[in-house]
Amino acid sequence: MFGYYLQLALRSLGRNRVLTTLMVLALALGIGACITTLAVLRLLSGDPLPGRSAQLYYPQIDPYPKDGYVPGESKPQENLTWVDANELFAAHRAQRQALVALGSAKIQPRDAGGRPFFGDAVMTTAEFLPMVGAPFRYGGAWSAADDAAGARVVVIAGFLNQKLFGGANSVGRTLRLNGHDFRVVGVLDRFSPQPRFYAINLGRSYGDGDGVFLPLRAGRAVKLDPYSVSCWEAADIEHLETAPCMWLGLWVELPDAAAVANYKRFLDGYVREQIARGRFHRTDTALPDLMQWLRDENVVPDDARLQAGLAFGFLLICVTNTIGLLLAKCLRRSREIGVRRALGATRGAIFGQFMVEAAIVGLAGGLLGLVFAELGLWGIRHQPAEYAELARLDLSMFVFTFIVALLSALVAGLLPAWRACAVAPAPQLKSA
Amino acid sequence: MDIKPILAALRHHKGGTALIALQIALTLAIVCNALFIIQQRLDRVGRPSGVQESDLFVIQNDWAQKLAPAEADARMRADLQTLRQLGSVQDASASNSFPLHGAGWDNFVRMSPDQVKMTTDSAIFFADEHTLATLGTRLAAGRNFRADEIGSQTGNDPLHARQVIISDGLARTLFPHGSALGKTIYTSNDQSPSTVIGITGTLQSHLTELWAQPYAYNAVLVPARLTGDSTFYLVRARPGQLVDAMRQAQDALYAQSRMRIIPADGGVMTFAQARQRAYDADYGMAILMGIISAVLLVITAAGIVGLTSFWVGQRRKQIGVRRALGARQRDILGYFLTENLLITLGGLLLGVVLAVALNLWLVIRLGSQPMSPLYLAGGVLLLLLLGQGAVLAPALKASRVPPVEATRSV
Repeated sequence: MFGYYLQLALRSLGRNRVLTTLMVLALALGIGACITTLAVLRLLSGDPLPGRSAQLYYPQIDPYPKDGYVPGESKPQENLTWVDANELFAAHRAQRQALVALGSAKIQPRDAGGRPFFGDAVMTTAEFLPMVGAPFRYGGAWSAADDAAGARVVVIAGFLNQKLFGGANSVGRTLRLNGHDFRVVGVLDRFSPQPRFYAINLGRSYGDGDGVFLPLRAGRAVKLDPYSVSCWEAADIEHLETAPCMWLGLWVELPDAAAVANYKRFLDGYVREQIARGRFHRTDTALPDLMQWLRDENVVPDDARLQAGLAFGFLLICVTNTIGLLLAKCLRRSREIGVRRALGATRGAIFGQFMVEAAIVGLAGGLLGLVFAELGLWGIRHQPAEYAELARLDLSMFVFTFIVALLSALVAGLLPAWRACAVAPAPQLKSA
Repeated sequence: MDIKPILAALRHHKGGTALIALQIALTLAIVCNALFIIQQRLDRVGRPSGVQESDLFVIQNDWAQKLAPAEADARMRADLQTLRQLGSVQDASASNSFPLHGAGWDNFVRMSPDQVKMTTDSAIFFADEHTLATLGTRLAAGRNFRADEIGSQTGNDPLHARQVIISDGLARTLFPHGSALGKTIYTSNDQSPSTVIGITGTLQSHLTELWAQPYAYNAVLVPARLTGDSTFYLVRARPGQLVDAMRQAQDALYAQSRMRIIPADGGVMTFAQARQRAYDADYGMAILMGIISAVLLVITAAGIVGLTSFWVGQRRKQIGVRRALGARQRDILGYFLTENLLITLGGLLLGVVLAVALNLWLVIRLGSQPMSPLYLAGGVLLLLLLGQGAVLAPALKASRVPPVEATRSV
């Protein structure tokens, strides 16, 4: 029976080539636009550390002075001061934890002719790389003892290892950073969480990832300055460790809800203690998990949302258009339907026949829509936005495209098919 | 034309009528808003910078090692000397940022030392006596800096410039009644006043974001070289020698000293490139909106043509009967045009509501501006014309149905 419907549908679609093309094209454009913008939204709101992000939390407190403080109306700050970060770190209330600050290190190639260049450097502590699951090709992370001693050791990214050491095992070799020798202890495989959650407030969140990871104290000792420094009063930013400035992030790993509640209590307690000592004036704290932190920081730009919203409106119009055209087609075929009904076809059979026709339009629209989506993403990859080159269709989006296409076409087919099966056979035959 | 029979006929095509009306409504809602967004973006992109942009380029210079402030200042002066001596270079100046750059230094500006809230926000551009000539920015009132007034400071030092030149945008914000010349303002946290010695013509700030729209033309020129890890050299080439100057300038700087890093990507760029970079997202958005609107209009028009053609085909016999009973071709044409007009008007009524709702959503969720009713009126007119245009071909076909059709049984 299905084969017969297919045959009927194809014949009907073939009879009105222009109309069929119009329906397929409109549906394809709508689907292409939707999938393109959805792929971008998905990329932007994606999980940088699948499987781990739910256990990573970002403690936030507010060391600002009392001036202008209205309880409940301010949010805790994005970063911590050196003093608070170290106190919270030293308390070690989490399974694993790491301090993070991002800066720019001058990297000097060993060969004489090579010009020095700047690369993004992550100043952090020993547990950071294991905690976020960074894969090592050679060697491994440094130890907590290295942190405390400010040892001049460094873990470098795979692409930097390729550039500087030709991809060989460079563990034990030295690298000159800001004019000082650092010993390579580890080389990473590809590690570039998208977005780079630990640098999210810098607006440089997508792309290849960072070149070097080094102990925080060692980085500060060679005058590596963090990108993001905000001070609440005039400050000597040459000496960030004592300045009233915030520039460090703390990431903690908390395995379950009880641990999260415990940590939040600890954080609140810490703030109360600081208020009692007169250091703090504001009680707000926050402990968002990684994905919540990304939402708080508005990782998805408004323009991307706007585009996705418009693309959906566009698809809606395309579907409306298809419904109208399918309806017109089916009404024109009232006589054919009457004959089939008179010859014994049930209402269900007529309904099925028209839904098959709609599904064919949907599949064709989906196929063409995929081409449009690829075209759209190709266009986006040539845009200047920093996430642009990551815009691609993966398998799940691929499947999703077809589901959307088929669903839109079937929804579009419902009304016409229903109208078709409601056609009464007798009047149609009479007028013939 | 009597519309009663048209309405009666439409009642027999409820589904099709409602669909066309809905499609027109949705199209109106999206197209009006899209056109409004395009216009907003193009307005932003078309703003003047106050800089003579041709023949101007920018070099980003990072020092390859930490330099003491005095040493960095000496090197900057030497670099500027080198640049100004090049045959293809007309003038050069150093600064921390430049109009449209995006990143830079902005400070709250106050009118008195004990004021807590800012009067406005302004870009701080470090400048010397060559800056205005290099940018090609006009001095509207007062005088330029003299060479002996140019100092040097680090980013860590408080900003205390005794004399400043301000942009006319800032001057008008601070002193709406009367001239700013000779008045004092406070440009940083400390209590020392700055006297306004000059007012430029239009000069745009480095800030290009939407939130900074009210401050986009506020700039304070501070007579100092800012020493630090990096600096920008603004260079004006002699007319028509931009390409030569860009190459020569970079070579000359490296010849002067190799202890510097000029990034390979974007380290030397023309002002046109800087402008492109600042507004890329806006261009992209405007183009996308344009494409979406155009495609939507085509699809809607095609939908109207398709559906009306079917109706005409379906009603050939009735048309034949009407023609046989004395209706002229004109009457048949008028019938279909009026029918379409009624459907379109119904759709537009709903569309206006949807368009306003969509705009409201944009205002609330994305902080966009309220749409001017002009766009709504324009959209309505556009879709009315589109509907009438789209229906014309099928309607003409209908009007050519011969009266003899009435006698045919098929």
